[in-house]
Parts: sequence; C-alpha cells; structure tokens
Amino acid sequence: MFASFMVNAWEAATIVAAVAGVVGFFTVLRGSAFAAHALPNGAFAGAAGAVLIGANTIVGLGVFSLAGAGVIAGMGRRARSDVATALTIVLMLATGDLFLSHTSEYAPEIFSLLFGQVLGVSTSKLVPTAVLAALCILAVMVLYRPLMISSVAPEVAQARGINTRMMDLAFLVVLALVTTMAVPVVGSLLTFSLLIGPPAAARSLTSRPLVAMGLAVLCALLTVWGSIAISYETNLPVGFFVGSISAFAYTVGRGWGAWQQHRRNRLLRPTTRPAAA
Amino acid sequence: MNVTGALLSPLFEPGFFSSGPVHVALVVGGVVAVVSGIVGVFTVIRGQSFAGHALADIGSAGGSAAVLVGVSTLYGYLALNVVAAAVMELIGIRRPRGRDLATGVVLGAALGLAALFLYEDTVSTSTTGATVNVLFGSIFTLPPGTTTLIALLGAVSIVAIAVLYRPLLLSSVSYDLAAARGVPVRLVGAGYLLTLALAVSLSAITIGAILSTALLIGPAAISLRVTTRTWAAVTVASGVGVFACWGGTLVAYDSSDWTGGWGWPVSFCIVAVIFVLYFAAGLVARLAPAGPGRRRSERAEPAGAQRVDAA
Repeated sequence: MFASFMVNAWEAATIVAAVAGVVGFFTVLRGSAFAAHALPNGAFAGAAGAVLIGANTIVGLGVFSLAGAGVIAGMGRRARSDVATALTIVLMLATGDLFLSHTSEYAPEIFSLLFGQVLGVSTSKLVPTAVLAALCILAVMVLYRPLMISSVAPEVAQARGINTRMMDLAFLVVLALVTTMAVPVVGSLLTFSLLIGPPAAARSLTSRPLVAMGLAVLCALLTVWGSIAISYETNLPVGFFVGSISAFAYTVGRGWGAWQQHRRNRLLRPTTRPAAA
Repeated sequence: MNVTGALLSPLFEPGFFSSGPVHVALVVGGVVAVVSGIVGVFTVIRGQSFAGHALADIGSAGGSAAVLVGVSTLYGYLALNVVAAAVMELIGIRRPRGRDLATGVVLGAALGLAALFLYEDTVSTSTTGATVNVLFGSIFTLPPGTTTLIALLGAVSIVAIAVLYRPLLLSSVSYDLAAARGVPVRLVGAGYLLTLALAVSLSAITIGAILSTALLIGPAAISLRVTTRTWAAVTVASGVGVFACWGGTLVAYDSSDWTGGWGWPVSFCIVAVIFVLYFAAGLVARLAPAGPGRRRSERAEPAGAQRVDAA
C-alpha cells in the first residue's frame, strides 16, 4: 500500500483533501454546492478541447473553469444564481460533447477525468498540483475576512463597503483554481464530494469558523486516506468510497447536530415535561 | 408510429426527413421538451435547478446498475431517482442554502455508486461505451418500442403537475402564506419532487443528462424572462423547448453537410439554440417598455413581492 508507485497518490490526495477542506468550508457556508458541482464537472470540456488541439490538459481545465466561473458570475447578475449555474454547466458539457465528437482517442479518459485515477498520478502532475494548491490557500487567506462576512451576512458586508458581487466572483475563481488543481489528479466526482461532504459534517459539529475549517480538513484527509486504503485492498474505484464516506460523515454530523439541538431545547424548557416523568 | 406520432405528423411533415431515427427523435424530443418545459417553470420558480440537474446525474447510477443486472436502463433511472427524491425530501431543509447542500450530498453519494457500477460495467464488458452512453445519451440511439412508454410517463408528469398546480404555485411563491392557508406544504413539495424525478428520468434516458438539464431549465428561464404569468410561462416554456429541440436536431442533422461530414452533436446544437433564445429573451425584456420590464419594476415594490396568477 505504501510502495513507491503509491507515494504520488498519497501525496496528491493529501494536498487535494487539505485544500478541499479549506475551500469546502466556504462552499458550504455560502451554499455554493451547485457551483462546486458545475465547475469540476463542466471543466472536462476544457480537457477535451486541450486534447483536440494538442495542448496541456491542465491549461484546458484552467481556461474552461475560469471561463465557467466568469459566466456564472456574469449571468448571476440578471438571473437567479441556480439558473445561471445550471445553464453554465449545460453549456460547458455541450461544448465538451462537441469536442469529444471530433476526437476518437478520448473516450477512455472520460472515465478517469470524471471519476479520477488517483492511483495513477505521475510525478509530473504533482508539481502543478502543489503550486495551484498553494495559490488556493493563499487566495483564501487574503480574502478570508471579506469572504467570511459576505458569506454569513451579505447586508452587513455591503454596509461595510465590501462588493459582494466581487466576492461572488472571487470565490468562483477560487473554486475554478481548486478544479484545475484537483480534477487532473482525483477527477471531478471526488473533487465535488470532498468540497461538500466533510465540510458539511464539520459545520454541523461546530459554529466556530476556524475550528470548523480545521475539522473539515481533518475529515477530508481521513475520508481520502481511508478511501485509498480500502480501494487498494478491494480493487474498487476510489470515488465510490469517497462518495459513501462523505455522505456517511454528513449524516453523522447532521444527527449529532440534531441531537445537540434536542438536548439544548430540553435544558432550556425543563418545565414542559411533567414532574412525574 | 403511435398516437403521439399521428398527432404530430400534420404539424411536422414526416417526409421532411426520410430517416426513421430522426423521426423518432423528433417525436420523443417533442414529448420530453413539453414535459420538461412545464415541470421546469416550477423548478425555476422554486429555485430547485440544482435538484433538477442532480437527479439527471443521479439517475446515471441507476442506469449503470441496470446495465449491470441486464434490465432496461429506464427502470434503473426511475427507481434511483424516486429514491433520491425521497431522500432529499426526508433531509428536508427549507433554506435554499441547506437544501442545495443536502442535494449535493445525495448527488455525491449517487455519483460514487455510479463510479462503482460503471467500473463493474467496464470490467464485465471491457468497454467504456457504457460511461459515455449513460452520461451523454443520444436522441438518435433510442431503444425501439420505448416511445409509447415515454409518452405515457410524460402524460403522468403533466397530470401530476395539473393536480398540484394551485397549492404548488402558492407554496412556491410564498411558503409561509401557503402553510398559513392550510396547504400541506411538505406533501406538495414531496409530490412536486417526485414529479420532477419522473420527468428528469424520462428526459435523461432519452436525451442524456446534459440535455435533460438544458430542456428543464433553459426554456423555463427564457419564458420567465418575458412573462410573469404562470400559464403564459408554462406555454412559452413548452413551445420554446419544442422549438429548441427540433431546431437543434435539424441543425445537427444538416451540420454534417456544412462541416464536411464531421457534424455537430445534437446536444451541442440544442444548447446553442437555447442560449441564443435566452439572450434574445433578455433583450426583448429590456427593450419592451410596456412589457415585462415595467411589470418587474412594479413587482419590486414591497406590497407585491411576487405575483401569484392562479386566481
């Protein structure tokens, strides 16, 4: 499991999970689950286009995910954001379909782009992954305060002179960077699952932002490491385990949150129970 | 051809295309576009585009499982989508942010299952054809004999929307007002989500996941740009959907002549038509001073936050 050919997989997955935990915290906070699905999924069109013209996959993914972020933000000014996102993902996927129809060699790679091939990560992919990961973390650190305020209380942010539209765009650009970083190594499904499941679980455990972010990273790391280990042992796709463990973590988190709420309510209103009981 | 074909043939001369698959594609595409347009208007009003898209992707897990056990993919789509809709409703969060999150978690889990089943499909058939087929679908490769079933299920969706119409509209526009009026909002929401699951399975199986979302959200978004009346929106959305579907198919069919045999995929052409119409509708709404533009500014006033047109 820790043989030399697996080292790259562990390193890539660890980088992706750490970044997904941090960015995923904001994804959950802002309720941007649809965008977190649309960008990684739609960006495959960029990869397909890159193959068509013989360019680097990462460049194609980067260009398309950034363009997608721009289209979502631009259309979101006039339409509801979920409608804008839906139309954007449809446009990106249809463009990908157009590119795919013009190349015959590409079909097997679709599976790996969608569902990931973490066990086949090469060292040459590891460097851009690490650089982009550092860029994502840096962007989140720089944007931390305005992003946090505009996510939690948009009205307060506006009153303080923060341009919430710019923050929307900035966050989508960060998501596009995550996409460019993560999709070549772990696929769009894993990227999406890691952005949603672990941070959602962490959020229901605590409401303190930095603690939640730390928990999200921890949970994402555990999810990915566990999934790779089980996948290695059982020879089944990593994506299946990441999806299941993420959903399980969310369920446990929600259950814990509901139980806490229930207990708090009981402590607050002890008189509602009959004395004899 | 069946009843639908007979009904549609005077509208669209079958001799226009001599190709059989094209004819089937036009009929099925038309039925799916009408159903998606009607259901889509409510999807957009309720802000459930993500659920509408997610169900199309979730169905692919059912579709790939069906390939594995050797039953028709339609049953796989239907079964999994109904289960997924039920789970989404059970998690039942009213705030849009939380609701999207719940949808995302269900989608992530289902895509994980799809990865597993597609992997098994690939191992057992040693091709990746299943992946592409399940994900992209093709209107030109419909299994024969499914046209009647698709028309029937489409009719069921439309009847369900007709039955739910008034309480659904009220609870979509104002959840609290509907609840105060005694509308069983949870039940109506669940019924709507099941209808959405049915409509999406139907379209995803026939035209693929991409076009399913395109025809669900696109025409509805277009129609709601030019009108605020629900009936008009439903009518316009169905019309736009059918137009985009047929126009796109026509463009795709002809494009192989223009591009020297390469051709553009149907999904790309239909989405392109929808986008052109979407921006055209935006222009119309902005340029027409007496039209929806003014109505929108009236609507923005506090008294009538949103207009209910169901009386």
